[in-house]
This record gives sequence, structure tokens and C-alpha cells, in this order.
Amino acid sequence: MISENKGNKKARYGMSIDVDRCTGCGGCMVACASENNVAPANPGANDRKGLTWIRVFKVDNGQEYPNKRSVFVPMMCQQCGEETPCYLACPQQAVDVDPSTGIVGQMPERCLGCRYCMAACPYHARYFNWWDPVWPAGMEKTMNPDVAPRMRGVVEKCNFCHGRWHAARQKAAASGNRVLDPADYVPACVEACPTGAIRFGDLSDASTEVARNSKTPDSFRMLEKLGTEPKIYYMSKRQWVKEIAEAPKLTPQKEPARG
Amino acid sequence: MTFRGTLLFAGGVLASLGLGWIAFPHAIYTSRQQPVEFSHKIHTGSAGMQCEDCHALREDGSYVGIPPLEQCAGCHTEPTGQTAAEKNFIEKYVTPNREPPWLVNARQPENVWFSHTPHVRLAKLTCARCHGDQGTLDKPRVYQEDRISGYSRDIWGKPVANVKGPTQTGMKMDDCIECHRAAGLEHSCLDCHK
Repeated sequence: MISENKGNKKARYGMSIDVDRCTGCGGCMVACASENNVAPANPGANDRKGLTWIRVFKVDNGQEYPNKRSVFVPMMCQQCGEETPCYLACPQQAVDVDPSTGIVGQMPERCLGCRYCMAACPYHARYFNWWDPVWPAGMEKTMNPDVAPRMRGVVEKCNFCHGRWHAARQKAAASGNRVLDPADYVPACVEACPTGAIRFGDLSDASTEVARNSKTPDSFRMLEKLGTEPKIYYMSKRQWVKEIAEAPKLTPQKEPARG
Repeated sequence: MTFRGTLLFAGGVLASLGLGWIAFPHAIYTSRQQPVEFSHKIHTGSAGMQCEDCHALREDGSYVGIPPLEQCAGCHTEPTGQTAAEKNFIEKYVTPNREPPWLVNARQPENVWFSHTPHVRLAKLTCARCHGDQGTLDKPRVYQEDRISGYSRDIWGKPVANVKGPTQTGMKMDDCIECHRAAGLEHSCLDCHK
């Protein structure tokens, strides 16, 4: 169904997240929700039922004071490049992997709400709409016209701010270009991060910062042993942090992180 | 079968076809007239204008769509011709400075991210490739609104019998896909959806 790439330079978009730099401020979560038209949480939403395309988890090394160490780990769709679990699980072809960008796309209109993809996703990066989105009066004016709101009963997730990709592509086309200017395509969380912990770029281009970061010894990926080839690279200089990637103890905070 | 039986059968077939092809479309579409009897033919013909003079692309690649009233008013504060349509337009919209509530045949669902720019600048498509002979029509077509979906029936694409009209144009998803597939540019749903 999906034809071979033509004209466009084939990209493999990914991120590098330096967890040593993350202060856990949550700015990325707010930026993400407002960029992608995630409505304020329904009063019935709890830790499990909220919508958080990106979510900052607090993880510690499991030891008591004074040896206790904590780290904040922003988690979003890891954009698996191989054996993409949600793509394989979906009975509706509502998930696809774009061969020209590497982005795993979700089509809410095709989704029937079975949530097999959520069960298949090793990263808990997919969220189900338990309620129709409701914006408080007046707030609907702040909605992003480049992103369609979703309805009750479908699954949604991070797609690297695809609306911004569209806008960047349009801007490139205006000057007769098929290749995007990297400065035009930056997801909201990357833009919002005050410490510059999250970086975004084309992993297939060796000159980009993310490509260099992905090759440093500090770099690791979540559950790499599964072989899903995620395109989110985490970085830390601390060994115990790297270990959480293989045996995650990502227990959510007591305070519900509602989307 | 008797002659009478054959006649009855043929009559029944004709009646069913008539119901399906003529009566049913009337039942599911409501017809509305455009607010102004706008003539593309005069503007692109004797007035010598190009599509881009009104339907322009901005520098950032976004598209102006139907031009705002002030652009029309640039020429039409006073009647330039003799037609009743123009007089009507000036009295009802230009003088009270009220935007005409145009009915857009090309309106797409909210989950479609369509940009004219790549199609015009990169693929070099003509306007008529998708919009048909809109630019040469003397008066706007009757806007037929689907009572259920609210979209226009007249988005030009393939009719039900899968035979394309004389203009070979279309704005339905299948028409987009057909062209993207032929050009090798079909990658993902999110190429066009948002």
C-alpha cells in the first residue's frame, strides 16, 4: 500500500533526551497538550485515564536516604522502527509507520477503540479517550488549527507534532523545496524544554546533534532488548539510570499526573 | 410471461431506477444558492484576471482561499458593469461591508491537512486539475449539501458508477490517493491527515 519514497530525502526523525539535564518541571507536558489539542482532564480522569502524550516520570535508585537518588524521565511514544508493536497489533490499520520520516502515525478515525495497541506498547505511551474532549468556554479559541481533536473511544499518542511537520513542509514548498529546513520542524516539547534536555532531529543525518548524541557511550534506549529499535535516545552519565532502561521501575507519583 | 406482466416488470424497473437516481438524491441533498451570482467567466475572460490574482498563496505558503470582501471592494465600490448580480452584490455586501457567506464546495473535513503550496509549486498542478472548470463558469453551481454529513455533493470526483466526468478531476480521498500513488508520494495516512 505504501509506495517507495520519491523526491523527498528519507528522514528518520528521533530525539535525544539528556535525563541528567531534566529538572522535572513538566513544561514539555504543558506545551505538548496545548500544541496537540489535548483538552483539560475530565473530572473522572485518574492516573490511568488521563491523556499525556508526553509524561515525566520520577524514578529513584531504590535506596534510602542519604543514598537515595532521583531522576526525571520524560516518556512519550518511542517511535519504534522495527517490529513496531502497536502497528502489528492494530486490527484496523489505524497505525502506520511512515517510511519517509520514520514517524509512527495514529489515525483516530480508523481506530475502533479495542486498545490492543495499548496492551502491545511496551512503553505505555498510548492513551485512550474515555470521554469526549471538552474545552472550558473560551478556551476552544486557543486550539491549534493544525491538529484535529480526537473523539471519545479512540486511542491517541505522540506523533512528533505532526502539525508542525505539515507547516514546515508547506513552508519549504513555498520556496520550491522538498527538503524541510530543520529549524522549521521542532516539536513543542523540544521547544519548551528550558534546560535543552530534549533535542530533536534526523537520526539518518550524521551531522545532527541527535545523531551524534545517539552514538555517545552515555546514550541508551528504553527496553532496547525487545528489538523494537525506538528512535528516542536517552542519555545519562549515571550507571543506575541506564539500568532502569532495561528493568524499569517507573512507578508513577502519588500525585496523579493528569493530562 | 404475458405481455402485461412484461410491461409491469419493465415499469417497475424504471420506477425503481427513477427513485434511486432521481428521487433519492433530492431526498439526501438540500440545494442552496450561493449568496452572490459570481461569474468566474467575466473575471477570467473579459476582465483578463488570473486565478492567482484573487486566490493567492502567501509567502509562508498558506493559501488565502476565497478573497476577503475588501479585495472585491477594490474594484467594486461602484458598479463596473451593467449586471443585476453586481448591483445586488454591491448593495447587499459591499456597501454594508458584510462578508458574503460563501458556500465552499471544496471544504474538507477537519482532520484533513491540505496545503495548496506543494501541489502548485512542486507538483505544478493547474487549478483545473482538482477544481474542474470552476474558473470558466458563468454562474456558480447550485450548492448541494449532504443532509447527513453537511459536505457538498459537488466535490467533482468520481460519481457512484465509477466513471469520471469529462474534467477528470476530483477532491475525494480516493482521488487524492490515486494521484499520490501514481506519483510515488504515498507514504502514510499522516501525509494528508492531522
